[in-house]
Amino acid sequence: MSESKLKRVDLIFGEYSSAKYKVLADALKRSNEEILEDLMESGLRGRGGAGFPTGMKWKLAAEAPGKEKYVICNADEGEPGTFKDREILSRVPRKVFSGMAICGKVIGAQKGYVYLRGEYKFLLPELTRELEQYHDQIGKLGFDFPIEIKLGSGAYICGEESALFESMEGFRGEPRNKPPYPTTFGFMGKPTVINNVETFVNVVMIMRLGPIQFKLLGTSDSRGSKVFSVSGDTPIPGIYELELGMPLDRFVEEFGDGDTKAVQVGGASGFCVPRKKFRETVIGFEGVPTGGSMMLFNSSRSMYNVLHNYLNFFEEESCGQCTPCRVGCQQLRKGIVAVKKGEKKALYLDQLMKLAESMKITAKCGLGQSVANSFSSIVYNFKEEMIY
Amino acid sequence: MAKKVTITIDGIQVSVDEGSTILETARKLDIHIPTLCYHEDLCVAGNCRVCVVEQENSRILPAACATPVSEGMVIHTNSGKVRQARKHIVELLLSEHNADCTKCYKNRNCELQKLASQMLTGDHMFLDLVPEKRYAIDLFNSALIKDDSRCIRCQRCVRTCEELQSVSALGVAYRGNKMKISTFFEHSLFEVVCTNCGQCVNRCPTGALIERNYVDKVWDAIYDPAKHVVVQTAPAVRVALGESLGMPPGKIVTGKMVTALRRLGFTAVLDTDFTADLTIIEEGHELLERLKRALVDKDPKVALPMATSCSPGWIKFLEHTFPELLPNLSTCKSPQQMFGALVKTYYAQKRKLDPKNVVSVSIMPCTAKKFEADRPEMRSSGYKDVDYVLTTRELAIMITQAGLEFDKLPDEPFDSIMGVSTGAGVIFGTTGGVMEAALRTVYEVVTGREVPFEDLNIIPVRGTEGEVREASLKITKTKPEFRYLEGIELQCVVANGLAYAKQVMQNVKEGKVHYHFIEIMACPGGCLGGGGQPIPTNKEIRNKRKHAIYEEDLGMPLRKSHENPEVQEIYKEFLVKPLGHKSHELLHTHYTPRKRY
Ligand SMILES: Cc1cc2nc3c(=O)[nH]c(=O)nc-3n(C[C@H](O)[C@H](O)[C@H](O)COP(=O)(O)O)c2cc1C
Ligand code: SF4
Ligand code: SF4
Ligand code: SF4
Ligand code: SF4
Ligand code: FES
Repeated sequence: MSESKLKRVDLIFGEYSSAKYKVLADALKRSNEEILEDLMESGLRGRGGAGFPTGMKWKLAAEAPGKEKYVICNADEGEPGTFKDREILSRVPRKVFSGMAICGKVIGAQKGYVYLRGEYKFLLPELTRELEQYHDQIGKLGFDFPIEIKLGSGAYICGEESALFESMEGFRGEPRNKPPYPTTFGFMGKPTVINNVETFVNVVMIMRLGPIQFKLLGTSDSRGSKVFSVSGDTPIPGIYELELGMPLDRFVEEFGDGDTKAVQVGGASGFCVPRKKFRETVIGFEGVPTGGSMMLFNSSRSMYNVLHNYLNFFEEESCGQCTPCRVGCQQLRKGIVAVKKGEKKALYLDQLMKLAESMKITAKCGLGQSVANSFSSIVYNFKEEMIY
Repeated sequence: MAKKVTITIDGIQVSVDEGSTILETARKLDIHIPTLCYHEDLCVAGNCRVCVVEQENSRILPAACATPVSEGMVIHTNSGKVRQARKHIVELLLSEHNADCTKCYKNRNCELQKLASQMLTGDHMFLDLVPEKRYAIDLFNSALIKDDSRCIRCQRCVRTCEELQSVSALGVAYRGNKMKISTFFEHSLFEVVCTNCGQCVNRCPTGALIERNYVDKVWDAIYDPAKHVVVQTAPAVRVALGESLGMPPGKIVTGKMVTALRRLGFTAVLDTDFTADLTIIEEGHELLERLKRALVDKDPKVALPMATSCSPGWIKFLEHTFPELLPNLSTCKSPQQMFGALVKTYYAQKRKLDPKNVVSVSIMPCTAKKFEADRPEMRSSGYKDVDYVLTTRELAIMITQAGLEFDKLPDEPFDSIMGVSTGAGVIFGTTGGVMEAALRTVYEVVTGREVPFEDLNIIPVRGTEGEVREASLKITKTKPEFRYLEGIELQCVVANGLAYAKQVMQNVKEGKVHYHFIEIMACPGGCLGGGGQPIPTNKEIRNKRKHAIYEEDLGMPLRKSHENPEVQEIYKEFLVKPLGHKSHELLHTHYTPRKRY
């Protein structure tokens, strides 16, 4: 292992402040404008995948007309190869609740919900205990913002924000049309801020350290640190908190097994970066963004199988409502099988690439729109593996 | 006034109300954007994605039906990118579609087919997914057929059933590649809360939801020399049939329809309007009797308000949803079933026919009437009272099959007996019509005077879509035998579409309202918007049909059911009196509580 290790960061999982809910108590004393300004200044962008500027999101919700508003923590974590939110919730739940409460104060919401992935039910006892403390503390602080945990239904698509609202409202988890966006029309049709677990923790860290300190980490487009779930062909799989904006070659140097041929950045809905592009690739919003998953593949892996698995996943996890995604996913998967078997000419891959491009721009939600990411990057970079 | 927003579509700048969609704006400019899941009567789903357009500076192609305009938006509806995307989408739909159009009931009247032909989808762009899909066809229902192999999963039916009808018999099941439109535990539509109203059929863009057709059975009957084939035609058919035969909406084609039926070979062409008039006499007297029992006898068991019972979709809805309110339903059969019962008794006697050789066919704007005719209690003549029910659409098919040039046919009158009707019978075809017809008669029976409205047009009870209409009529100077009604405000309510029916009945159940008389029709706009009417349907088309119905009413020499001479005759010769023994035997029925799912 090389000496020049990537800098390890200890923000997210760092120790709680000395006094219980101190960051929250301090934040409650500040004006909403100040808090929003700090968030904007920090450059924090959402950690759920899309990377929307968090300060902006909160501001929009704060300005949205209406008295009834909600804060929702997206803990559905369904992306294969991602388990960082589970880790955060089991190790520093207090930071998550604090972040939600600060958001509640800033946007003027009455209630917060954690939408917890069904498979994470085992976290409930611990989370409930912490929530009791939380409610205790805010009672003492004279702040009224109850938080409730709702268990998810087990579908990947319910992590998509508008499908999540539908699911919470008791309907089938189908994404809605956008606009309107959650900041004006979210849960129960009311202005809502929905953020990823990690985003809320970042808010708390910004409150604690100040935006200047926070900005010291990362790059101008990707501020702060990020929790990565490292898996695949690596001798040291696990959860790592690293600075954003790192070059992929250094990452591979440290986490690869010496034979890495590709890294899938951002899970099934992310991009596959082949070895020849490691050097030029930056992990962050300016380069290849990720919700946290980093999966390494060495030369023993068949990229055809990798892609086939992803497409299988999408084919089954699509909510099925919109044409490009429901049928497109089936066509892409069956299409590569047909090419592999020689039932279709290799040229058919070009046809499929065009289809993937259409899916990217016509699908109703992020799921269908992002299938092309892995499809096109894998087919383009590993064409021979698709054919032979 | 709404705020205005300026946008540019295909180079044309236009200022529209904030909140309008790209699709609405384009339509105003006569720019046609293809759609599939969009339907004017329903909330926007935005799931087929065929309406995508290009928006400058946008990463994606927004769906025109689902995207509101915003200031400065620049839209291209026909760019290369758009055409490629739309073609992909239609090709994808076809790849999971059993597209053997020549074997499909919707051939040449199918929105998917139309799009496919526009897009020149001849080149089998993608793999055929149909062979490995185990698509199911629900053939167990006597009124409707659901064929999943033709379904494009646009969810129009789901939205129809939920939004317009609040029945929710159809829903979406499973995810991803297995996603489908389904029923409670995938039972047949026959076994679930479906009311057979056919509203979903009217809005299904493809051949996935259709009526079960009895065209060949009817031809067989016509060709059988031993059979005397009687046909009755419902009031709403004559203002819509033309639409299926190339005429514009709102044309009254009564005379041509009669001629056509005669030329098809029916032995007698009669009019359901006759039994509509009869229904008014029976139902009017039933109402008076219930009022008397309540007001004079103080009978606590009498069920008021009384609700009309001529819409079989509504009947089944009540049986499922409010079984405890079944006593409130009038016991009168629908005009179709009264007609059927009389054809094989009264009519057969007068014509000296053996009822076993009489085949009774009805032409209805309705799919629920197919189910109704099959109900076990609808055999009071000793035979199946109505043998075959055809929709307006099926009649149009027969007319086309026979090679008749419909618009060139002369006008002919109905046969008699049971062919004479009044304006009151005609307006059964629209929401509020039964109420108005009943009031015209009841008021006069009770007071001896005509209803106090100009030209007998009781405008306050004329229903409209999308609302529950309440009205009251004060009764004064009654005849002596109706003294108990003196000074009473007769409280009436009219609703169309089951969502509104549900609202009314919920209020009744909770005791929030105190009506005397309720008129409900299962379909939006009443029978004129029935599930068997020509496709497409929308508010504008239904309004035109409605105007035609009132026009027909106004043009009738007789406007009140009790003045129908054939009705007077049948009481004299056969029924003796309203609510009499014979009436109960032939014209009244009972109901069955059903499961709530
Ligand atoms: C198919 C799909 C699944 C998603 N799953 C998650 C998830 O599990 N967790 C999450 O935080 N965001 C998920 N998202 C993103 C959310 O829609 C949303 O953008 C995010 O919660 C916003 O939070 P952020 O601004 O903090 O990133 C998903 C999006 C899509 C399209
Ligand atoms: S893109 Fe896929 S998951 Fe999203 S709405 Fe369409 S079918 Fe559902
Ligand atoms: S539904 Fe339409 S496209 Fe499909 S087979 Fe029938 S007519 Fe053809
Ligand atoms: S026929 Fe009517 S009740 Fe039955 S599924 Fe269709 S819309 Fe629903
Ligand atoms: S049955 Fe018809 S209306 Fe319903 S989803 Fe299928 S195609 Fe659409
Ligand atoms: S018509 Fe717009 S998405 Fe279907």
